[in-house]
Amino acid sequence: MALDRKIAYINLTTGEVEVKPIPLDVRRKFLGGRGLDAYLLLNHSEKGCDPLGPDNPLIVSGGILTATCASATARTHVMAKSPLTGLLGSCNMGGFFAPEMAWAGFHHLVIKGKAEKPCYIYIHNGEIEIRDAKNIWGKTTTDTQWAIRDELNDQEVKALVIGPAGENLVTFANVMTGIKNAGGRTGMGAVMGSKNLKAVACRGTMDINIAHPVEALEYNKRFIDQITSAKVNKTQGTLGTPFIWGATNSWGGVRTRNFQYNQCEYADDIEPEAIDEICEDTMGPYHMSGCFGCQVHCRAQYRIPSGPLKGRYDEGPEYTSQGAFGAETDTPRAETVLVGNHLVDQYGMDNLETGSLISWAMELYEEGIITSKDTDGLDLRFGNDEAVLEMIERICFRKGKVADALANGGIPASKTFGQNSFDYLIQVKGMSNLHSDERATPALALNIATSSRGSDHLRSRPAIDLYHLPEKVLRKIYSSPIPYDGPLSSEHTEYIGKAWQVFWQENCYMGVDCLGICKYHTTFLGATLPNFEDWPKVLYYNTGLEFTPEELWDIAERCNMVERLFNLREGLSREDLEKGDMINHRYFDEPCRRGAPDVVGLMIDKEKFTVMIDEFYEHKGLDKKGKPKAKTLKRLGLQNEPSHML
Amino acid sequence: METKDKVLMINPEKCTGCRLCELVCAVKHDGSSNPARSRIRVMKWEMDGVYIPMACQQCQDAPCMGVCPANAISRNDDLNKIEIDYDKCIGCRSCVAVCPFGAMGFNSIDRKVFKCDLCDGDPQCVRFCEVQAVEYVDADDVAILKKQEAAAKLHATSHKVALKEA
Repeated sequence: MALDRKIAYINLTTGEVEVKPIPLDVRRKFLGGRGLDAYLLLNHSEKGCDPLGPDNPLIVSGGILTATCASATARTHVMAKSPLTGLLGSCNMGGFFAPEMAWAGFHHLVIKGKAEKPCYIYIHNGEIEIRDAKNIWGKTTTDTQWAIRDELNDQEVKALVIGPAGENLVTFANVMTGIKNAGGRTGMGAVMGSKNLKAVACRGTMDINIAHPVEALEYNKRFIDQITSAKVNKTQGTLGTPFIWGATNSWGGVRTRNFQYNQCEYADDIEPEAIDEICEDTMGPYHMSGCFGCQVHCRAQYRIPSGPLKGRYDEGPEYTSQGAFGAETDTPRAETVLVGNHLVDQYGMDNLETGSLISWAMELYEEGIITSKDTDGLDLRFGNDEAVLEMIERICFRKGKVADALANGGIPASKTFGQNSFDYLIQVKGMSNLHSDERATPALALNIATSSRGSDHLRSRPAIDLYHLPEKVLRKIYSSPIPYDGPLSSEHTEYIGKAWQVFWQENCYMGVDCLGICKYHTTFLGATLPNFEDWPKVLYYNTGLEFTPEELWDIAERCNMVERLFNLREGLSREDLEKGDMINHRYFDEPCRRGAPDVVGLMIDKEKFTVMIDEFYEHKGLDKKGKPKAKTLKRLGLQNEPSHML
Repeated sequence: METKDKVLMINPEKCTGCRLCELVCAVKHDGSSNPARSRIRVMKWEMDGVYIPMACQQCQDAPCMGVCPANAISRNDDLNKIEIDYDKCIGCRSCVAVCPFGAMGFNSIDRKVFKCDLCDGDPQCVRFCEVQAVEYVDADDVAILKKQEAAAKLHATSHKVALKEA
């Protein structure tokens, strides 16, 4: 049974391992995956703990449905206090790791302490071993995985690893599995590096008995048909996520030259069709691949088509790499995007943070805040492809003053660079924004401002807001499972009703993250995809647990509140530019200069934005300062946290 | 369509490597999610982006059938498949050792050998594979389908060449 999967507490300082079952009452409150991780983080960390110290717990998990007969339950979640933000650290990735961990007997790992020397954890059918990693320390992410397989003499082993960036404590080092599946954000790779933990490797052949297998199989077929019939997923399965970049850039929603423009011009070379052509030329007509159990198959395969790294295999690039190494740095060249994507994959660092910080440094260079003396002669101007690739290398290995500062993250680097460098940094809570430009889309601006892990699109973004869906369609989606009769607007430049959409999406995404399902299988990019109303059946058929849609909503809301409680404990306050629910002043001061006619000239209206935040807090049951009201905590059963149930 | 002449046709090029076939196979047969129980397994060369699903070929002159000392393996002509009679099987695993495709498995939980039974004519791996990397087709058609695919590639290549020359 999925519910038999256990939690392991692993202390790398002492080598002690403790295994416990996950009680049903904990499941009913926090389900699994990210939600239960948040509960574990709040309960197993002390206020103000050093993110790179031994007391920061690193939590690795699969969702409650991981590896069951539900669609695309591939997601692995990793959580800890973030060395990048000092707040909630959280990342989520596809691939094949979490299912293997579930077959090896575990849903959650809580890793504490620090190993004396480099090590890796090997989990095999219920047994946990801490092994020496001296032969793999220093290796890239893929070399690490193959070396572990060779050492264990088992090619089926799946591993979650860090690359050199994690070892070098780059605060936005990621964790990776497979070729390109990355838990990119908030520097969880640096937390692993700080513990001398190179990898967690799993191999399992333990049954996960399905509660109602015949029904689960049939419902899964229906679920998959619903998902694959959505136009957006058909396109994802052909072009991958680059299609989103192309669509967004066409109307003016892509950050260019850090934040100077909202659209990348002369970008033919990195349009989705151009990238797809390279994939086809180098990998043949069937060049899409999929994560575990997923029929969307959005991962493209490619080989670098030209230049010094010609022929190197990789997967992607995701639309974030088009943004990070194409638009933000104003280097819209396929080779730069594909090589940049490959380097961050191999070194194990977040492509979004890396590209954003390089483009920020480029703007500082243009403004004279950073000079060629600081860069050891590197011409860090926008449009310099070589400089982009060189900076990736320098950041990973902390070479030179500028790159070393950037490796500490944007806010610490702004203190190193001084002057008004912070004003140019497009971040929230210390995490850089992805490449999207939200000046024309208030709902998306609210989303990045209030996201629990900093500026991010995968925590609460109402992406379907851009589709101009008729109000009655919006109402159908957003009035379930909790009734909502407040305002809703089909207009993406409006402020009305957007707070409810962001609140609804926040709960929806927490839902899938607890289940362990990919966001492409819920109301994210497609308006017709499954959500709260469909999940109870999937849960029942696979685990035997009965929930109503309303109960699942409550769980999602509760888990989001736990993340907020953690952030509040660590210093979150509403208006704080470094640790608050606030976006950079440029959103309010600099209008969009490119894009569709209804976008040009737009920027965020600060007064209306403030009202939106008030509304959002109201929906969440927070006071004006963003703290939960006593009655909200009581309603969610969180009045006694930390409660140490697990 | 009659099932007696149908076979699994695997086209590795189309496989996305998602392993949903393994999942649904195990759930269908054993009610459990566990690739170790799956009759079809996807072998991978991840650094080359190559994924190859492997399953029983239901051989005409099946080595497993020939090697079985208990005569527990036989051909079912109605479904065009090789099947195991568990009342006769002694669990010696000779069939596992002799299969050239590794398609005969041994389940260490139930201590039994197991193989693809084509889900009695409705193979779930086929039903769930959206990209049709695994298909269930008439044995006579396999070659012609392969010919069509190969010809389509030639056609695409010559079209590209023609475009370049133009």
